[in-house]
Amino acid sequence: MQLKLRVDGAERTLEAEPRHTLADVLPTHAGCEHGVCGACTVIVDNEPVRACLMFAIQARGKEIRTVASLAACSTAGEALHPLQRAFNEHHALQCGYCTPGFLMLALPLLDRIKKMTDEELREALSANLCRCTGYQNIVKAVRAAAEAMR
Amino acid sequence: MKREFIGRSVPRLEDLPLLTGHGRFARAVSFPGELHMRIVRSPYAHGRLLGIDATRARAAPGCVAVWTSADVAEVPPIEFRPTRVKGLEPYRQHVLAHDLVRYVGEPVAAVFAEDAYRAEDAAERVELHIDPLAPVLDAEASDIEPTLIRKEYGDVEGAFARADTVVELELSIGRHSGVPLETRAAIARHDAARDLLELHCATKRPHANRDVIARMLKRDPASVQLHEGHIGGGFGVRGELYPEDLLACVATLRLGRPVKWIEDRRENLMACNHSREQRHRVRAAIDASGGILAIDDEFFHDQGAYVRTHGARVPDLTAGMLPGPYRVPAYRARGRFRLTNKTPAATYRAPGRYEATFVCERLLDAIAHKVGIDRIEVRRRNLIAKSEMPYKRPMEVLEVETVLDSGDYTGLLDKTLATVGWPALQAELRARRARGEAVGAGIALFVEKSGLGPLDAARTRVDQDGSVEVITGAASLGQGVETVLAQICADALGVDYRNVRVVHGHTDRIARGFGSHASRTTVMTGEATRLAAEKLRAAVLDAAEGLLDLPAEILDIVDGRIVRTDVRAAPLLALGELARGRELSEEAEFRSEHMTYPYGAHVAVVKLDRDTGAVRIERYFVAYDIGCAINPMLVEGQIVGGVAQGIGGALYEEFLYDERGEPLSTTFADYLIPTANEIPPVQVLVTEDAPSPLNGLGVKGAGEAGVNAVGAAIASAIDDALGRPGAVTQLPVTPTRLKELLRK
Amino acid sequence: MKPAAFHYHAPSTVEEAIGLLSEYAPQDGHILAGGQSLVPAMALRLATPAHLIDINNVEELGGVRTESGYLCIGACVRHNAFEQPIVEGPLGRLLATVVRHIAHYPIRTRGTFCGSLAHADPASEWCLVAATLGAELLAQSTRGVRTIAVEQFFQGVMTTALAPDELLVEVRLPLLSKETRFGFSEFSRRPGDFALAMALVVRGEETRIGLGGVEASPRRIAAADAAVEPLRDPRYSAEYRRDLARTVVRRALEQCS
Repeated sequence: MQLKLRVDGAERTLEAEPRHTLADVLPTHAGCEHGVCGACTVIVDNEPVRACLMFAIQARGKEIRTVASLAACSTAGEALHPLQRAFNEHHALQCGYCTPGFLMLALPLLDRIKKMTDEELREALSANLCRCTGYQNIVKAVRAAAEAMR
Repeated sequence: MKREFIGRSVPRLEDLPLLTGHGRFARAVSFPGELHMRIVRSPYAHGRLLGIDATRARAAPGCVAVWTSADVAEVPPIEFRPTRVKGLEPYRQHVLAHDLVRYVGEPVAAVFAEDAYRAEDAAERVELHIDPLAPVLDAEASDIEPTLIRKEYGDVEGAFARADTVVELELSIGRHSGVPLETRAAIARHDAARDLLELHCATKRPHANRDVIARMLKRDPASVQLHEGHIGGGFGVRGELYPEDLLACVATLRLGRPVKWIEDRRENLMACNHSREQRHRVRAAIDASGGILAIDDEFFHDQGAYVRTHGARVPDLTAGMLPGPYRVPAYRARGRFRLTNKTPAATYRAPGRYEATFVCERLLDAIAHKVGIDRIEVRRRNLIAKSEMPYKRPMEVLEVETVLDSGDYTGLLDKTLATVGWPALQAELRARRARGEAVGAGIALFVEKSGLGPLDAARTRVDQDGSVEVITGAASLGQGVETVLAQICADALGVDYRNVRVVHGHTDRIARGFGSHASRTTVMTGEATRLAAEKLRAAVLDAAEGLLDLPAEILDIVDGRIVRTDVRAAPLLALGELARGRELSEEAEFRSEHMTYPYGAHVAVVKLDRDTGAVRIERYFVAYDIGCAINPMLVEGQIVGGVAQGIGGALYEEFLYDERGEPLSTTFADYLIPTANEIPPVQVLVTEDAPSPLNGLGVKGAGEAGVNAVGAAIASAIDDALGRPGAVTQLPVTPTRLKELLRK
Repeated sequence: MKPAAFHYHAPSTVEEAIGLLSEYAPQDGHILAGGQSLVPAMALRLATPAHLIDINNVEELGGVRTESGYLCIGACVRHNAFEQPIVEGPLGRLLATVVRHIAHYPIRTRGTFCGSLAHADPASEWCLVAATLGAELLAQSTRGVRTIAVEQFFQGVMTTALAPDELLVEVRLPLLSKETRFGFSEFSRRPGDFALAMALVVRGEETRIGLGGVEASPRRIAAADAAVEPLRDPRYSAEYRRDLARTVVRRALEQCS
């Protein structure tokens, strides 16, 4: 079956069966495939969504954004989004597997994050799992990015 | 040597591709024409495998082949690391079960199909005829003991006879493990034209694994290459050889197409190495003032169904590291290595040591209580003094003599108490308890092992564009290998770390490599890199001397350019220019017979919810002496990450089985990994008071410091909150177990 | 962990949807709304529907309105619609309080209120709300529409009074009087995890206490010390769950005193 999806501002035609999830047709990471870890988080119509819990066919007609659209352009030495820069500066990634998911979780919530207490921010970020960092630097990086985007 | 980059928290070189979606994790690695492998696994914990009917599976759309053990009969069982321990061979695992299945999740058949979906569809159609047998689910009840780890020194019986009093504890640590966020994967490809077998997405010990694979498949090691891309965490469980890795290799050779295998999370939780499950009966002979005269420990190590690639190393580490930073005049440890019908176990971050520290620190707390002295005081009385370093312990661990190379344990304890404000903390907690809160603080001290030898090698070269390449046999699991080695090379050579490119994980780029595990990379590969870079620096200055007709003694390399040190002048030559006329490449080797022993302290403050049994960690502190911190930010990252895993093992994570041996923790809904909500802000104090005398930089490893003492510290804190020393004897302290303690 | 194959249907009207359901229910046909519970079950192959009827494009089902003293919630209304009070007064605030406990934000952007009720997981917060408030559930099929009282709706773990060919099109919650106070308490291991016990207390003209997460279905209980029959769970003993039930009821009561 041919499927047309809008991904990162461009139209893409894919071969997919109804049972292929969005996580399978997009280059997302997949940490569990049952909707708990959040590593597959993408943005669909401006909201964070777990790509492994949505069939690709359901994403027709929606605007999908992946981490690839975060930076200004896609070659080395490009300008990074403040979120990406903050993650690098604050060492908020080690293996990097959870990172795209956290970026896509935090991006749509950045406006709200500015008003959150540390406890509320940690609860919001508790949506996604990380096994390497212990979260401390992720919290710092997200906070710093929210401040930088005031 | 310069310290322009060493010691600085410079941002990582690894990050850019990982932040922009250009990571090359296994899901992104594909080869034209590849087949997908799906493993059929035993649904029984124990049973006689009477037959496998793959007729319907082979007829499934897209299915290309279905293999059972008969199809891979020529593949020997998976070997374990060389060891002097005898008697382990019969318990190795075959890549596919033969006549018996021994744990739920054991590979029984392999299906190969055109895509992962259809491979799973076909796998569902494989019919297994298994006659179930009663499973053995408790190590103590098992009668299969491939080996007994025995360590002993001093007059243990005499010490117990003389003792003023004896403290006895029964303690157990729950089964849990690394569980990286990326599941295991193996992508095997055979380049038929050159007869090269490639295994992609390999890691941890590329050269060693290559050699084992070559041996098992009867190939020349030069015809096997392992390649690493990006890896989603290791923690000890990834990068060992598993049945699936071998199956993918055999399949690509026989079926003539690349073979891709990516495990799903359910498989990962029941087939990737488990760890930590031990039960200890430990007693200490002590004098009237709480001084340890002897420790005698007998423990049961639940190894699961087979002996895997680590052999019996984990109980060996437990037995050998249990004395920790303390003076233990006489010691006996007997580790009973028992098989059960559960997932096979092996190393997980601070292997054997998370367990050993829990036991030892529970013992120290118990001694304090028995003798009526403070928990801090009992530790002071027993800590090995700085003046006693290097301290030889008369026993071997991992078949190497134990010599604690350097350490100021008391000094670190003092710094810990001062930084944490221990007396004020105690006063605050007393006041809160008086107001009815169940709050408490715990402390635990530990010694870690790092820098596993025996050697490492690195090659550095200057490219014509002036960039520097460091080729190592290290592996990346996400820990920042490329950055740390670049920092060392940069300072040793005289370039900017951003111009240094570190190659790792490719067995075809360097002849010898020893991988990344046991917190060895900064120590071993770092030292080899430094030596190679220094050799390269000398070679460069030598070449420059010839070219510029100036003595090397008045030349230096600064920011990649040759400069004069005798007069102020513009740089004379760029490294790249020098590289244009000649090969600028040097290799060096670093040998170390002994490991280094970093050490530290953990402090935990907890609040208990007496109604629900929940434990909230309000505050966590780690002090750690690392000898020399190459990149403090990365060291802290390792520590905080380790603390999070330690908290998981102390309160949340557990592989449970029902009475039939069926695993109950098979999804992330049951196996509870801590989130940002469960991990408090962690305060880290990294000190450099005791550099290792064993390497030029004085470095020790950082990878396992954060996890090591968490079980112990939290148990101690919970006891304090309950007002009952010795209450916690079992990890994890789940709400149900805490309520039971409260009810007593 | 890939789902088994299925035929996909995407109706655009309720008429079409129930027609498809009527045709395919006997062949293991199932409704797909938010998918946040169904898709993981399919990934684990615990559910293998041969036909999925995706109702996300049925506009008629996407609305919320008030009518005759009820808040009427259509089948496709997402959890996050309730994060800001969806209606003035205590009910809106109650729903906004409870919704924060449901999974995590990215799940709430897709999961639906009605889907939770049709799924009937014992740990579902909305099921507890419905049971406590005395909700009415509208089920539609080619045979017509019927109203099911919540007391008849929940029949056990993941079991409801819905026939296989019935679509839950709407749930009606009684609007609460201005003076109504409420309290909600949930205990789970981590935020967003399945509740091990939860209680909702609503103090209006009468006091209603609802208990969920402990037994097979949520229900109203008379008092904090009600006899409770916990679900069997190897990790959490019955005694522990009963203890927990008493705790959450007490805490919910405290919140609205």
